[in-house]
Amino acid sequence: MGIEKFLFYFFAAILLVAATLVITVRNPVRAALSLVLAFFASAALWMLLEAEFLALVLVLVYVGAVMVLFLFVVMMIDIDLAQVKEGFSRMLPAGIAVAVGLVVVMAVVVGPEHFGLEGFGEVPRHGADYNNTRELGMALFTTFVYPFELAALILLVAIVAAIALTLRRRPGTRHQNPAEQVAVNAAERVRVVKMAAEPRDDAPVPTAEPGESKEEPR
Amino acid sequence: MIVLSDYLILAAILFALSVAGIFINRKNVLILLMCIELMLLAVNINFVAFSHFLNDIAGQVFVFFILTVAAAEAAIGLAILVVLFRNRRTINVEDLGSLKG
Repeated sequence: MGIEKFLFYFFAAILLVAATLVITVRNPVRAALSLVLAFFASAALWMLLEAEFLALVLVLVYVGAVMVLFLFVVMMIDIDLAQVKEGFSRMLPAGIAVAVGLVVVMAVVVGPEHFGLEGFGEVPRHGADYNNTRELGMALFTTFVYPFELAALILLVAIVAAIALTLRRRPGTRHQNPAEQVAVNAAERVRVVKMAAEPRDDAPVPTAEPGESKEEPR
Repeated sequence: MIVLSDYLILAAILFALSVAGIFINRKNVLILLMCIELMLLAVNINFVAFSHFLNDIAGQVFVFFILTVAAAEAAIGLAILVVLFRNRRTINVEDLGSLKG
């Protein structure tokens, strides 16, 4: 068993075990962490397929951003676990049946008869000077530059949508309005009142000793 | 030697697992979103495998775009989930029948 075969089966086993854990564990936090493990294992498989840039992007974007977002949401909302897992055992046979049927059908289609050693066997590995990032960038910024700009637009729409969905103004909160603060002028803030000076009724007696002036209760 | 069909069958098993996950976790919207992420991962494995064995970089470009769209989908999906939980105090799919569909 060559090293490539060993690595493939090792990471494939990790990937499938992690995927099974994602769909079976009770706790959504553990499901999210298992999904992280699945992403790591598939990143290793993509490394085997010489897609180094995408493997690193998978780790950075998915594990670093998307799964952190998932974990935030999981910990932010308070789920009633007993209620959520109610129909688990009832739907389990149907789920297993569907999964097995799907695997059998797809294995017939994509099995070794059609995509096996003949035609899709050994491909020559690239040399040490091959740069996957460079090749991908060359394709991305020449042939696929218009879809690339569309992808940027999709991300912008996603940002706007996510912020617009979750932004809320609670009534009764005290907050500053900087525009009003800047636009104000002195005449609106201070009103100078002219009035005649009057003596106070309870003016302090000047003969009292310093330091012992009595404060009158008001 | 690892051939193309090995990767394809691995992706098929992964896809079937996530479909089964959608079946058995029908109550929890959060797990459903995670199962959709797993499905997209299975599809991406197919793309990368074909890209490698056909020696064509276009498959990896496509995976790049799928990753972009999947990230946008996860962000919006989770935002909807948070708003949903804020309004209804539940993420149980069966309680979300106010549209009477």
